[in-house]
Amino acid sequence: MTKPRTARSIGAASCKGCGLLVEVSDAPKALHHCPRCHTAVYQRIPDSLARTWAFLLAAMALYIPANLYPILTLVSFGQKNSDTIISGVFSLMGAGQWSIALIVFVASVLVPIVKIVVLLFLVLSVQLKIQWRPDVRTRMYRVTELVGRWSMVDIFMISILIALVKLQALANVDAGPGAAAFAAVVILTMLAAMSFDPRLIWDVLEEETNE
Amino acid sequence: MPDILRKLPETGPYIACPECDLIHERGRMRPGHVGVCRRCGAVLFKSQHNSLDRTLALSLSGIVFFLLASYFPLLSFRMEGAFRSNQLLDGTFEFVNEGYFFLAVVVLVSSVLAPFLVLVLVSSILLPLKFGVLPFAVKSQVRILEQIRPWAMAEIFLLGILVAFVKLGDFAEVSVGVSFYSLAMMVVATVLAFTTLDEHELWSRIREVENG
Repeated sequence: MTKPRTARSIGAASCKGCGLLVEVSDAPKALHHCPRCHTAVYQRIPDSLARTWAFLLAAMALYIPANLYPILTLVSFGQKNSDTIISGVFSLMGAGQWSIALIVFVASVLVPIVKIVVLLFLVLSVQLKIQWRPDVRTRMYRVTELVGRWSMVDIFMISILIALVKLQALANVDAGPGAAAFAAVVILTMLAAMSFDPRLIWDVLEEETNE
Repeated sequence: MPDILRKLPETGPYIACPECDLIHERGRMRPGHVGVCRRCGAVLFKSQHNSLDRTLALSLSGIVFFLLASYFPLLSFRMEGAFRSNQLLDGTFEFVNEGYFFLAVVVLVSSVLAPFLVLVLVSSILLPLKFGVLPFAVKSQVRILEQIRPWAMAEIFLLGILVAFVKLGDFAEVSVGVSFYSLAMMVVATVLAFTTLDEHELWSRIREVENG
């Protein structure tokens, strides 16, 4: 098998800011700046796996309060109703709003869990030098990074409701602590995905063909 | 220094895949074509007709739609004779009132500041270039634009408004305001502005203007 020609194998790296191929030294943390856009250019994101782990573990810890605490509370005619993320989906289903319930379920329940599991799998697969289908793993990474932001939908929904439903005794919606934890989970998983360097998935193959 | 790099001008013929590091030659591209990595399938470049002009036109219209969206009400809501409507920034203010400063910042940045700043940056880069003038600190502007983009979530905000609309529809009379439509148009303009943007052409244009 011929060795694939990668940027690293010729002492270069692709600039994250503008895509220019820039000459960089092999030292893992050497700092170079792109001559075209001045973004810092690295062969690989420094401490990529450690950073990804840190953000992922923080996201997993906050995932628990995000789901246990209410994200919003409705007080109407003295009656108090709190919704967590899951119960919010059920109440939409109860109201017969199936399509919206499905959107919220996918964005707020499915996506965060799948994103955390996929990132865990990717980090572990790189650490254990697994060679299974790097193309599939890269695609998994790409999709995860693309859809992760959509989990913010619930947070925006809350920001609308708390501003609109302020009719004193008639009806009043307040945000709950679960919302803050949930927003933190979404942001932390976004940071985890940004810290992960997908080129690490391919590095194992190169090391193999060197031998 | 390896040969391949010595032959590398600033807008060189070679690029590396950002996701798997494989080297590719740019080759000659016909407008409308998209270059994809042959090893991992990542999009490497796209070539467009009049890319910069289209992007500029779209980002300027995006700014106009944003200004409309920030002036008019988003949703209005009627229940038992009481009436209320909300505007773009009201959610942020309400999070502050309730003591959720973190959420106030998150919502302010992702639904208002970042989407607006993205459009402003694109326009302030492309408008001077259009007239052959080098934009102020153009490299920093492009770099900041790239860093802000993932946090601009106007399209998700739009979906959030829709979900809120449906939820409220159950126990009150809700109607969609002018702001919602303007915001939707802003999202369309932003998405189109970035689909037509050819980064390679942007950098060649900056280079041209720099060298007079």
